Amino acid sequence: MSIQTPMQSTHGALSNNPIPLEKDALLASYRTMRTIRDFEERLHVEFAKGDIPGFVHLYAGEEACATGIMMHLTDSDRIASTHRGHGHCIAKGVDVAEMMAEIYGKSSGSCRGKGGSMHIADLSKGMMGANGILGAGAPLICGAALAAKFRGDGGVGITFFGDGAANQGTVLESMNLAAIWNLPVIFVLENNGYAEATSVIYATGVDSFLDRAHGFGLPGVSVDGTDFFAVHKAAGELIAKARAGGGPALLECKMVRFYGHFEGDSQTYKAKGENDFNRLNRDCLKIFADRVTAAGVVSDAEIALLDREVANLIDEAVSSAKSAPQPTHHELTSDVYVSY
Amino acid sequence: MSRTLSFKLAINEALDLEMRRDPTVILLGEDIVGGSGSPGEMDAWGGVLGVTKGLYGKHGNRLIDTPLSESAYIGAAIGAAACGMRPVAELMFLDFMGVCFDQILNQAAKFRYMFGGKAKTPVVIRAMVGAGFRAAAQHSQMLTPMFTHVPGLKVVCPSNAYDAKGLLIQSIRDDDPVIFCEHKNLYASEADVPAEPYAIPFGEANVVRDGRDVTIVSYGLTVHRALEAAATLSKRSGLEAEVIDLRTLSPIDWDTVIESVENTGRLVVVDEANPRCSIATDVAAYVAQHAFGALKAAPQMVTAPHTPVPFSPALEDLYIPSADAIAAAVLKTHPQALAA
Amino acid sequence: MTDTRIKPIVMPKWGLSMAEGKVTGWLKPEGAKIAVGDEIVEVETDKIAGVVEAGDAGVLRRTLGAPGTVYPVKALIGVLADEDVPDVDIDAFVAAFAVPAETEEAADAAGPRYEFVDTPAGRLRYARRGEGEKTVVLVHGFGGDLDNWLFNIDALAGAATVYALDLPGHGQSDKAVGEASLAFLSGALIAFMDALAIPRAHLVGHSMGGAVASAAALEHPGRVASLALIGSAGLGPEINSGYTDGFVAAGSRRDMKPVLEQLFHEPATVTRQLIEDILKYKRLDGVDGALSALSANLFPAQRQTHVLADRLKETDAPILVVWGETDRVIPAAHAGALEGRATVEVLPGAGHMVQMEKSSRVNELLLDHLKR
Repeated sequence: MSIQTPMQSTHGALSNNPIPLEKDALLASYRTMRTIRDFEERLHVEFAKGDIPGFVHLYAGEEACATGIMMHLTDSDRIASTHRGHGHCIAKGVDVAEMMAEIYGKSSGSCRGKGGSMHIADLSKGMMGANGILGAGAPLICGAALAAKFRGDGGVGITFFGDGAANQGTVLESMNLAAIWNLPVIFVLENNGYAEATSVIYATGVDSFLDRAHGFGLPGVSVDGTDFFAVHKAAGELIAKARAGGGPALLECKMVRFYGHFEGDSQTYKAKGENDFNRLNRDCLKIFADRVTAAGVVSDAEIALLDREVANLIDEAVSSAKSAPQPTHHELTSDVYVSY
Repeated sequence: MSRTLSFKLAINEALDLEMRRDPTVILLGEDIVGGSGSPGEMDAWGGVLGVTKGLYGKHGNRLIDTPLSESAYIGAAIGAAACGMRPVAELMFLDFMGVCFDQILNQAAKFRYMFGGKAKTPVVIRAMVGAGFRAAAQHSQMLTPMFTHVPGLKVVCPSNAYDAKGLLIQSIRDDDPVIFCEHKNLYASEADVPAEPYAIPFGEANVVRDGRDVTIVSYGLTVHRALEAAATLSKRSGLEAEVIDLRTLSPIDWDTVIESVENTGRLVVVDEANPRCSIATDVAAYVAQHAFGALKAAPQMVTAPHTPVPFSPALEDLYIPSADAIAAAVLKTHPQALAA
Repeated sequence: MTDTRIKPIVMPKWGLSMAEGKVTGWLKPEGAKIAVGDEIVEVETDKIAGVVEAGDAGVLRRTLGAPGTVYPVKALIGVLADEDVPDVDIDAFVAAFAVPAETEEAADAAGPRYEFVDTPAGRLRYARRGEGEKTVVLVHGFGGDLDNWLFNIDALAGAATVYALDLPGHGQSDKAVGEASLAFLSGALIAFMDALAIPRAHLVGHSMGGAVASAAALEHPGRVASLALIGSAGLGPEINSGYTDGFVAAGSRRDMKPVLEQLFHEPATVTRQLIEDILKYKRLDGVDGALSALSANLFPAQRQTHVLADRLKETDAPILVVWGETDRVIPAAHAGALEGRATVEVLPGAGHMVQMEKSSRVNELLLDHLKR
């Protein structure tokens, strides 16, 4: 199998190594997480100004999950994302400026302004689309994995879904399908505790989502989703096994959502001070930076340099998105069919 | 070489030929092989009515039996299509769309547009349609209008074995998602079918009978009812009906319909679907808008009633548009013939 | 008990798929004197409109087939008899006439509808009629098939063993056309004769098939007893590429109809079924490639690549040239290219498909030609 996963090289002997990745990989991971964070924080600000049409669902706080998983993937691996998809897109390599333009509804956007925040896709990067329908990505990624199996290229498929969509029939059916066809699929459950405004405790009959996996004959692993290294290690093992024909698995990442379900959500269903507590104690970026700098592998200056680089990138993305032309009326009726 | 072949075998042959031609063509569906994992023989069924019988012996694991899990496997077919395969998924009865419609409506149909023209989804969903099989309300519907309504989908409904083969081959080669509707009461019907592969282009209606006095537009099984009515009218009233078989409902061949109505001045649309928001209303409205000046009488619609499909044979026979009802509708467009 | 003085005129059977036909009009009134070969009544099938010609001489005593009415094959639509046969006998004949039922055995006895033969140029379909000592091979034109000889094959079968083939890329033969050259097609014709052990034949070619037959005669003079060239390619430089290009391009009924109408003197000859049959052929995998390549190589930009007239003048075999006067595909003026060398006949009231439109006259000319 000739899949190149450079970031994976050292993960086998990680358990006692506090910093289990090469420096380049650490910098790349931080850069990705910081890009997602800044992208989302900036959207929070810009959305409040009223310049962005529709609504957006922010991934801030959850960066370690997307990044820890995507470090193991190449463009020929496919992912299916969710309504909260910006982080998945960035981690999978979708162009940030095009994403921003898409969110502004501009013709220079990833989808020429026709998809918007919830439908950003770049199939050339293996990103099969954010998805406005909860749980819809699970069957699709089974198909992507089936195609990879027929091609025999060792590709894997990752489907992301939240604790809310975990209750969708599509997700449960897909776990069964992946199990019986032994598909190279990782079901990544991003458990941030809330399905919109409803607690996971209310909406889920089992104490552990791992019971769901076991119910379909899938192995399941649950990790602290705010710990990049925990996600990276668990995902690495499951993905390597799937590539080698070992079949599907569930990976639950328990994490926090810094913002509401969507921008404008008053979040009154959360506990008082919950967001502040999470930002202080469960910020995956802070945890990552503290750990790599404390270990002396990455310096504060290097972190600061990346922060500046990313800030510039996002600044440019926003200004170019704002000044980009609107789609013309021709765009209304094009791209419905390949031919009609 | 041309020889007589049944509708059912014509579909089987189309699948066989395209699987030979293109290694990315795979078949998925419930019991399309039959016997998977069972102690007895494989290819036990070859589809619930035997349409895919024998293909397993020729193409082996490119035919995949699925669990009774329409959301998952229809979605997987769509996902595989977005990743370079040309899957033909069999949804046993189109009525079962209820449990997988999201994957068709919100995924397959939307990818190309939402993703700004960067995706193609060459999936074919084959399904049985139509009443007259004593299969009651959930296995007998003509749901073609619901799919025709959706931009991004193509909808095909052949009336004979020759068309079934050529339209299915075109469906498989087509780069857009196609809903291929097979009327179960046509499976045994026979026609001259060339042994070679051939593709019938979409959006090309077939004029199956020439006439100067009225245009009867239909598709699927009711084309044959329309022809019966036309023969009766010719004999009894001297009225010569032109009968148009639409073959594909999306795209639809408006030019042929309008050209005919401009010659005859009269329109009867026959649709086995329920009457509201149907192919019948669609055609009648289009003709009223675009050929109003040519019309010498109000367009007539002959459809199923606004009821579910009944079980009792006595009732079901009343449900399906009959040749008598079509002839009566034609006479309504020719009041003087009615009076005579 | 048959009255030999009285000759029935029945609904003809043009091709084995024909089960019924519609009388569209009488060309001779009751009481008219009829000679053998006279055109008596117009008939339309679902495929093509045509004319019934008299097989016997006599007086047209009854025109029974009512215009606009459909009759089964072999139904009595008219009666011929000499003047001196009393009306009462005619009426008795009509009353007693029974349509012979087409039994399956009869259909089987007529032999299989089509046969196939494997040749180095691919698998070729053909029809065979008659048992005569002479052998005739009928070669259709561009985009055509052996059914183009519908009105000729049985007439010729009385005088010869007649073969009609589908050229490579055409009809139900294999669709591969090699380098898509005239040499490939004429080679296929010779390969066809080889495969069926036909040492020597009278070649009858229509349109592009005429050029194919001519090329075969030039390359293999020993294999060709005579040439009959009908609306033939290869006799002059001009050709209506609008027809060939249109034929290649048309994928729909609406596009194909005006193209096919150029083939006939009378455009109404083109029926819905004829168009549908052509479209069915054109939809087959490989046809588009074959026709595009042949058209580009043989008829580029209003010109014919191969003009063989001068070389044909140097050959010895008898040549018959027949043209429809109003041919809109290849000009009738090309009939003059072999003036003096060939028997030349230009028929008024006919277009490119002269062998269909004026079948009786063309058959007569071909039968005469075979005798020479």
